[in-house]
Amino acid sequence: MLQFAVALAAAPLLTGWVNQWRARLQNKKAPSLLQPYHALRKLLYKEPVAAESASPLFLATPYIVFGCMLLACGIVPALSTDLPLAPAADAIALVGLFAVARVFISLAAMDVGTAFGTMGARREMLIGFLAEPALLMALFSASLITHSTSLPAIVQKMAHSRLEIFPSMAFAGIAFTIVSLAENARVPVDNPATHLELTMVHEALTLEYSARHLALLEWAASLKLFAYSCIGLALFFPWGVAEVDAPLALAYSVPALALKLAIGGFLLALIETVSAKMRIFRVPEFLATAFLLAVIGLLVHELLGA
Amino acid sequence: MVALLTQAINLFAAILLMLAFAMITQRRVLNLVHLFTAQGLTLVAATLDVGYLTAQHHLYVSAGATFLLKVVVLPILLHRLINRLQVRWDVEPLLNTPLTMLAGILLVVFAFNLASPIAALSSSIARSTLGIALASVLLSFMMMITRAKALPQVIGFLSMENSLFFAATAATNGMPMLVELGIALDVLMGFLILGVFMFQIREQFDSLDIHHLERLRED
Repeated sequence: MLQFAVALAAAPLLTGWVNQWRARLQNKKAPSLLQPYHALRKLLYKEPVAAESASPLFLATPYIVFGCMLLACGIVPALSTDLPLAPAADAIALVGLFAVARVFISLAAMDVGTAFGTMGARREMLIGFLAEPALLMALFSASLITHSTSLPAIVQKMAHSRLEIFPSMAFAGIAFTIVSLAENARVPVDNPATHLELTMVHEALTLEYSARHLALLEWAASLKLFAYSCIGLALFFPWGVAEVDAPLALAYSVPALALKLAIGGFLLALIETVSAKMRIFRVPEFLATAFLLAVIGLLVHELLGA
Repeated sequence: MVALLTQAINLFAAILLMLAFAMITQRRVLNLVHLFTAQGLTLVAATLDVGYLTAQHHLYVSAGATFLLKVVVLPILLHRLINRLQVRWDVEPLLNTPLTMLAGILLVVFAFNLASPIAALSSSIARSTLGIALASVLLSFMMMITRAKALPQVIGFLSMENSLFFAATAATNGMPMLVELGIALDVLMGFLILGVFMFQIREQFDSLDIHHLERLRED
């Protein structure tokens, strides 16, 4: 239960942290760390407006997407491996949750019938259908090593085995990084700060939303970034995750998570600063690279048995 | 410590494979040279590792020679060649990249299957990486086939030699010193000759695109 609360509270903080470092690395005056909270509060006070042609699907989507992302944060072992949802959902269900959210937001974007929404939906699906298999393959690399698709089990085994080098995880790590950049609408694929219509993906999807609906979607985007960061940390740096929900263990795992997220957020801002946004038609190539790297990871695992 | 170093060989092999894939998808000539240098460094590290684990001191010498030739001399020569040919920012259109990578995956599967019976015969410490070495050789070969310009082909040739060297280290803990030195000299000479050859191609056709060579003319 604590995990949900931490995810809800900390996700905008992570977004703020990444934005702050992005601004700093670009020699701009950095916004406050709490800026995402202010934005959310402002949006929640406003009165929502929907297009006349909007169907109930359009109005329901923010809640569905938000719910999916919150559930995803509940499956990923960020603080402890003793999760209430762990027996019910494994890594494949996690990818499925992301897919559900994507389908609904794309449908909602097309629902109103504006050109930008439709274009955004198409681009989102293009990115999604290439990113999903790559994400699954990267997760399967870890599953092959630990013989389990349940994330808590993977983390437990990885953290407990003595220090070993898994070459296949190196491949999976790069593939996962590429996928998370694409999935979280980060720079080489999409620019979260832009409002230039011709290049945007995530912004085009949420163009028609306002007030609390927009707040929920923005919050969901933060939660998604949080969930992806936690998956990455759980797979590749599983140390410091508590075994049980005991207060003493959590006292150790909360700072550990905060530290790891802080470093991860800084690296993300660094990647975004040093790379240029690529043309949309290059994105399939980029994601195909991720998929192939993940597959090679699996093959290398088969060859080396490690 | 020893267990970790044994696993490190596998890691270096994986990095070599990754670099081979990066090479076949790289469009810019200059980045290819950087990748080639990184490949040389990985090779040096892997050779040192095997040398330490098997206590074969001649591998240190060969690692030193590799470092000198493939991390220092050849990249410098390549950079000078690029500057003099003025192809520093050349971008080369590739055969459809995802297709190339897919073909690369098939090569990797083929090489892994081919290597497994050979590796079973070997008693070397790094025998399981033979498949990766073989895959890297095939990938470099494919790079030579799919590139239109002369310089990437030469880099493909050099990286193939790197992979062969790694294969030798993996399968038999290194070749005899004499053979190794001979090959190193051959590569250097081959590179110099190819460099002269490239100038000649450019003199004749004003371009390094080797498709010009396919037309026969009598004049």
